[in-house]
Amino acid sequence: MKAPVCLAALLLASGALPAWAQDHGGMDHGAMQQEDHSDHPPAGDAHAGHGQPAPDDGAPEGVAPPMPSDHASEAFYNPAEMARARAAMLKESGGMTFSRLMLDRLEYRMGRGADGYHWEGEGWIGGDIDRFAFKTEGEGEFGGPLESAEVQALYSRAIDPWFNLEAGVRHDIRPDPQRTYAVVGIEGLAPYWFEVGAQAFLSDKGDAHLRLEGSYDQRITQRLILQPAVEINLAAQDVPELGIGSGLSDIELGLRLRYEFAREFAPYVGVNWERKLGDTARFTRRDGERAATTSLVMGVRFWF
Amino acid sequence: MAFTLPDVDRRTLVRNLGGLGGALALSRVFPAWARSGTAGLTPAPAPAPEVLSGEAIALTVAEGHFSTGGRSAHAVMINGTLPAPLIRLKEGQNVRLSVTNRLREDTSIHWHGLIVPFQMDGVPGISFPGIRPGETFTYEFPIRQSGTYWYHSHSGMQEAVGHYGPIVIDPAGTDPVEATREHVLILSDWSPVHPHVLLKRLKQMGGYFNMQKQTLAGLLAGKDQNAKERMEWGAMRMDPTDISDITGSTYSFLVNGHGTAENWTGLFTPGERVRLRIINAAAMTNFNLRLPGLPMTVVQCDGQHVQPVETDEFQIGIAETYDVVVQPGEAKPYALIAEAIDRSGLVRATLAPRMGLAAEVPPLRARPLLGMKDMGMDMSGMDMGQGGVIDLSQPANEGMAGHSMKMRDRSVAPQVKMGPGVATLSPMPADRTADRPTGLETVDHRVLTYADLKSLTPHADRRPPTRTLDIHLTANMERYMWSFDGVKLSDGADPIPFRHGERVRVNLINDTMMPHPIHLHGHFFELVTGAGDHNPLKHTVNVLPGGKVSFDLTADALGDWAFHCHMLMHMHTGMMRVVTVRYAGDAA
Repeated sequence: MKAPVCLAALLLASGALPAWAQDHGGMDHGAMQQEDHSDHPPAGDAHAGHGQPAPDDGAPEGVAPPMPSDHASEAFYNPAEMARARAAMLKESGGMTFSRLMLDRLEYRMGRGADGYHWEGEGWIGGDIDRFAFKTEGEGEFGGPLESAEVQALYSRAIDPWFNLEAGVRHDIRPDPQRTYAVVGIEGLAPYWFEVGAQAFLSDKGDAHLRLEGSYDQRITQRLILQPAVEINLAAQDVPELGIGSGLSDIELGLRLRYEFAREFAPYVGVNWERKLGDTARFTRRDGERAATTSLVMGVRFWF
Repeated sequence: MAFTLPDVDRRTLVRNLGGLGGALALSRVFPAWARSGTAGLTPAPAPAPEVLSGEAIALTVAEGHFSTGGRSAHAVMINGTLPAPLIRLKEGQNVRLSVTNRLREDTSIHWHGLIVPFQMDGVPGISFPGIRPGETFTYEFPIRQSGTYWYHSHSGMQEAVGHYGPIVIDPAGTDPVEATREHVLILSDWSPVHPHVLLKRLKQMGGYFNMQKQTLAGLLAGKDQNAKERMEWGAMRMDPTDISDITGSTYSFLVNGHGTAENWTGLFTPGERVRLRIINAAAMTNFNLRLPGLPMTVVQCDGQHVQPVETDEFQIGIAETYDVVVQPGEAKPYALIAEAIDRSGLVRATLAPRMGLAAEVPPLRARPLLGMKDMGMDMSGMDMGQGGVIDLSQPANEGMAGHSMKMRDRSVAPQVKMGPGVATLSPMPADRTADRPTGLETVDHRVLTYADLKSLTPHADRRPPTRTLDIHLTANMERYMWSFDGVKLSDGADPIPFRHGERVRVNLINDTMMPHPIHLHGHFFELVTGAGDHNPLKHTVNVLPGGKVSFDLTADALGDWAFHCHMLMHMHTGMMRVVTVRYAGDAA
């Protein structure tokens, strides 16, 4: 069972998330001087002849009084009623629950073979820090069987301003044989506005995998957005029954141009290129399929 | 004058009207002062019959329907109107306000800027339990002040759907402001989308409503930042166009419930002095306000008299009030323009010698871009040579000329709890009270700054502060989290305690790139602008992006009080605290 540990280490050490790491690097106080944020006098005096700069440096630090243990209103109103109102007020001041369901890709794929379909979506519900999340993706050919379909159920926790740590399970309904994996991952927003994610998987058969994803929204106009995206899959070992070879197993590049009629609704067109590598490519060719496929895609992205 | 009728009669009337005129007629019921074409109010003491005055006032909060600019939606109204009725009182009187809740949810009224006993302040969960459906709650308090104020719900998000109205209190003695006519102008923002959905969209996608982001097309056209600057800001995941959370992409901006097309008109006779009592009752919009071609003399801010100061434009933060005097000389229409600070929309109202005239609507000015100072990097004190160029490509991590340039250097704010809710800390926050506010830095006319405001009379309490309190305004726009010191109220934040009567210097440090109108209930504080005992008194202060504001507070109001950002969505996501004032020996 060393593989997942290695993968997790790889994940954390990988160059995919330098910014996140760097950001935490900001906590080394040692090198920092106490900033002179004390008091600059009001800047400039161009507007009116107001007097001397603020006599701002004079106020002593002083000592705060102790925290009162009572609620003043209870002297006037029923404490039970106040407790009810206070609980509601606290909840409405940052403690509310929100959710989002997004089908990021629901697309028709036209390539050299039969036309296919592909979907990729995710959802979350919860507060600012702790959330339940799920993800799903899959694809198939029209007139053929469903080729792949996976669902993930995850606990997601915000660990810094931009990144979430996630852990949970993944179940693949297709391909056969079905597999269930434990998942550990991280996802978020890297510097320069790159959406990035990395997930490590360990199956109930003991095989370990890593998936790296990234995308970028290039706003051409306020509503027209070009999105390059990349996904890379790695495996720690051969899994012949799933057609996966060890090492770098496949890489996928996409370029999608969407038009946001509303933020929540955007049709798109694009191109998707997928290349299986190494033993994975060999397994694929063994099954009579091509290792590289290029498709024109059209679809829709929507969320609510 | 429907609102002066007893409630049942009024509803009967409304129903009959509905049968005759349909929903549209129903949806635009205004109190007389807010109707277009009003002659305005007569300055005190002559009574204005359509205004709620006297010692006993009845208000009913109920469901309604509102439409403007061809869109309509559910609203929460008081006495059947949006905005709510004008309450006009006199300094020294007592008032009993009985508020009946006809909604299916709790409601409340907070008297914004009024000095009242804390149990009458109207914040559910802090000052009282709220008003349950079907119940009537009676507020009762003496009127100890004069000036322009307002009232609004502190329950749910009712304030965003119509639950707000103006309060005018006439002074006991002579009013130092001379005017022959007055108009009340209450500014607001309105969307047919329910505010809970607006907040949900922001939580799902922080930039959802920003339709003025930088684009590739803009770069190729030479607009906005150049490629290098875009890279530098991108490295920090900061967006220089992130000026307003909710914008004109969904909001209609209103004056007295009227959009630009409905052209609210206030009448004047050429040559007379007209006092405009301007209130920003918006949920999420700071406005820049001007009357092209007509200078304004600011005479009051937040209900407190200031030494008259002439200007051409000012920014009015949410929940602030400004009284200005104008003297339109010609018999022609003058526009009053309230432009959202991100320039995503504006509303035009008209001052006119007679009905039927509409002043010209100027085009929206270019959307401003945030700069280094808005990031809390005050360059003025730094020796950086000409041009002040900073290499942000050094991921804001290296010290610069002895100054920290990290955007998340916790040593600049040790009290802030770092975590997912704090994306940035201002490395060098400047006192910006003498700065022109966001978007007005380079306009070619006079712009009011806080430093221009000087109290008309010196303060009573001239003791120096004996204690300093820093409060950081913190946020993460991507996750749409807002807080003080990195802690949301819902996280179980401790109250902020004060001793009764103590003088405290409070420093508000804005670690975000957005202005925050911060409101303290139950008190006025002296904004430290360098005017000594003539520093302006305020109940709400707009803290500019990346900047800081200091105020001196005499904690003279016993009890528990709300303290929060008046951006409704910021308050509802946690940028709020309870402030306690106790006798020094009382605290447990």
